[in-house]
Amino acid sequence: MKKTLHLKYFAILRDHAGKGSEDIESDSQTASDLYNELRQLYQFPETGAMKVAVNDEFKGWDYELDDGDLVVFIPPVAGG
Amino acid sequence: VFSLSDTVLDTGYLRNALRDQGCGAFIAFEGWVRDHNDGQQVLRLEYEAYSALAEKEGLAIIREAVDRFPVRQASCVHRIGELGLGDLAVWVGVSAPHRDEAFLACRYIIDEVKHRVPIWKKEYYLNGDSGWANCEACGQA
Repeated sequence: MKKTLHLKYFAILRDHAGKGSEDIESDSQTASDLYNELRQLYQFPETGAMKVAVNDEFKGWDYELDDGDLVVFIPPVAGG
Repeated sequence: VFSLSDTVLDTGYLRNALRDQGCGAFIAFEGWVRDHNDGQQVLRLEYEAYSALAEKEGLAIIREAVDRFPVRQASCVHRIGELGLGDLAVWVGVSAPHRDEAFLACRYIIDEVKHRVPIWKKEYYLNGDSGWANCEACGQA
């Protein structure tokens, strides 16, 4: 069953996607599946040093997505 | 306290907020925008943050520092938006009864902030290129 997911893109991922956010309908089960789905669309880099947050909390790549989740993929950070 | 700011930081104000009569030491760290990185000449920077998670993670770091080292107060403010050379990008302040723990806590906070808080830095170079710092390998799809 398709889920509605809210996505926000930052830094290099925003550059690749050409937008800062979007809502999508997806069959992806896990955060990792979703990232692979988006990679097809936007030529995102490999997961490598990426992290993922769901509903403003860090989660593992095997996190099972729920309808309505806010998902943010986090490229290597560079504060300071 | 951890916060993000899109305007110039008032370090006097930040410092005064950590005043405490039980403290004999105050340590501050300031991160400034440098004119070079990895052999490239930098002209300016842009910081971007995932605010909701950055504030949560930043606050967790401050709490860890206060728990781990016996300091009284600690705070960190990070700039977002466009910055020029020499601008203050991040400020960390710690007050403690004694200096040793203040130095350690200050070091802990800036190191953890750089590693964990979702803030990104886009550098604009003299040669016209630009790039996201720490993301050299990210360009390859």
